[in-house]
Amino acid sequence: MKLRLRLLPYFYVFMVMFFLYAPLVIMILMGLNRSPLYTLPIKLDLVWYRDLFHNQRLLSAGLNSILLGIAVAVTATVLGTLAAWVLARHKFRGKSLLQTLLIPPIAIPWLIIAVALLLLFFWIKVPRGLFAMYLGHVGVALPYVILLLSARFQGTDPALEEAARSLGASPLVTFLRITFPLILPGIIGALLFTFTISFDNFVISHFLAPPGVSTLPVEIYSAIRKGFTPEINAISSIIFLFSATLILISSRRIEFV
Amino acid sequence: MSFIRKNLTRFLLLLPSYSWLLFAVLIPLLIMLVFSFLSDTPLGSRDVYATLKNYQTYFSLGFYWVLTSKSILTAVYTTFICLLIAYPMAYAIARRLPGRWKAALFMLVIVPLWSNTLVRLYSWAIVLRDGGVLEYALKSIGLPIQNLSILYSYPAVIIGLVHGYLPYMVLTIYVVLDRLDDSLLEAAASLGANPWQRFLRVTVPLSLPGVIAGVIMTFIPVMGSFIEPRLLGGKEGTMIGTVIEDQFVQLFNWPLGAAIAFLLLLMVLVMLTAMGLFVRRLNRTSIGGTE
Repeated sequence: MKLRLRLLPYFYVFMVMFFLYAPLVIMILMGLNRSPLYTLPIKLDLVWYRDLFHNQRLLSAGLNSILLGIAVAVTATVLGTLAAWVLARHKFRGKSLLQTLLIPPIAIPWLIIAVALLLLFFWIKVPRGLFAMYLGHVGVALPYVILLLSARFQGTDPALEEAARSLGASPLVTFLRITFPLILPGIIGALLFTFTISFDNFVISHFLAPPGVSTLPVEIYSAIRKGFTPEINAISSIIFLFSATLILISSRRIEFV
Repeated sequence: MSFIRKNLTRFLLLLPSYSWLLFAVLIPLLIMLVFSFLSDTPLGSRDVYATLKNYQTYFSLGFYWVLTSKSILTAVYTTFICLLIAYPMAYAIARRLPGRWKAALFMLVIVPLWSNTLVRLYSWAIVLRDGGVLEYALKSIGLPIQNLSILYSYPAVIIGLVHGYLPYMVLTIYVVLDRLDDSLLEAAASLGANPWQRFLRVTVPLSLPGVIAGVIMTFIPVMGSFIEPRLLGGKEGTMIGTVIEDQFVQLFNWPLGAAIAFLLLLMVLVMLTAMGLFVRRLNRTSIGGTE
């Protein structure tokens, strides 16, 4: 009785993990199944992965997703780092307002931000497409960078910067030689994190994608609405494993807690 | 002189980020408000004038009320189920399982959180569809099932939403439970509190901030969800989020879509403010108020 009670937490955690991972594992296995109708039991075959490499639509969507993700990650991380430095290191009037302004982009459902962006771009005649998506993705990624790196800056000792300054280093040299190496892990974390935000973003891309231009999530959405094919399993498995790897790497850089 | 230069530097460093935020998030919301008062989508050479028509449509047709309350109810169900599952989970990881497992379990919770929503939902569709894996599994253990018909039903939407938001709830609660000061529990024990009393009178109240954070992070996005209802709910999944999407993607009635989206935004802001005030009060009582 006592032993069973002690095992209960293990069993419970296992059950919840099963709920979280079972569908994903099943999806990956079904992508390795030869039958196009998902017939069970599974006969292993890589045929759907082979097909994937001949699917021009998915390939170009994949390329779009990766390029967009890189552009968003670099832009948001560079700009966000500058803002985070000011917010973390200085006291000034209006600072708490600036910090409060970071909350809406995180808290408001992306659906609302996405349709609002669609309307703005229509109004000022920015055509729908990758550039419009880029503008939107950076907007929702920036607050995360600023919050992440503010924490990182606060974790480093400003006395080190002051020492460098008092020894005659210019602000730029101080930043490059002292501050930058100290926050580098945070910057790498932010790059990976914002890449994932953009790479996985469906809602904003969905509303800003014109016919013919798409990203992977947009392609998957239209594929699912048309019906199920094991090819979607294959591309979904690749995306899942790719995102999971990125998160595992970046979590070593970011202190989530 | 150096005072001005210092301020100028700060201003210049903040400018790009904040003008981007202004341009990509805050100004669009204002434009959305403007659109919600237009009589028609300004495409082609239509005559467009300012009107309250869209808001009247929303408030006079029962349809939109029903769907709004359905979205709110869905958010309530999802949040409640997530909380019910997540609290014991977070408690087990933070306080019951061996400490060396913590980091690994923490990562296992984070990975699905950042995996693509569409990939997650697609995986559920594969499991739940007629003739899918769940049906196969239930049949093979001998249950007499013909057509499971879970996919494209309301329960499927709830399953998909719980699957998506459960990790947030586990994480926010885990963080507070992990930091819980053991000496408080020891003090309670030495004063004669039994394990249940310690749990209910010390652990639970101190974990409330994490619970509230988790509730906010679940409730608000679920209110505005449309992918889960669309892909897992089919016709049963029509909600206020899918109605907004329809206005923009299918029906091209942008002003009505903007009006509904703006009302949804108002609800979200009211809820955020209410939760914020609640948290502030909670902090005040837990620091200043000893019973």
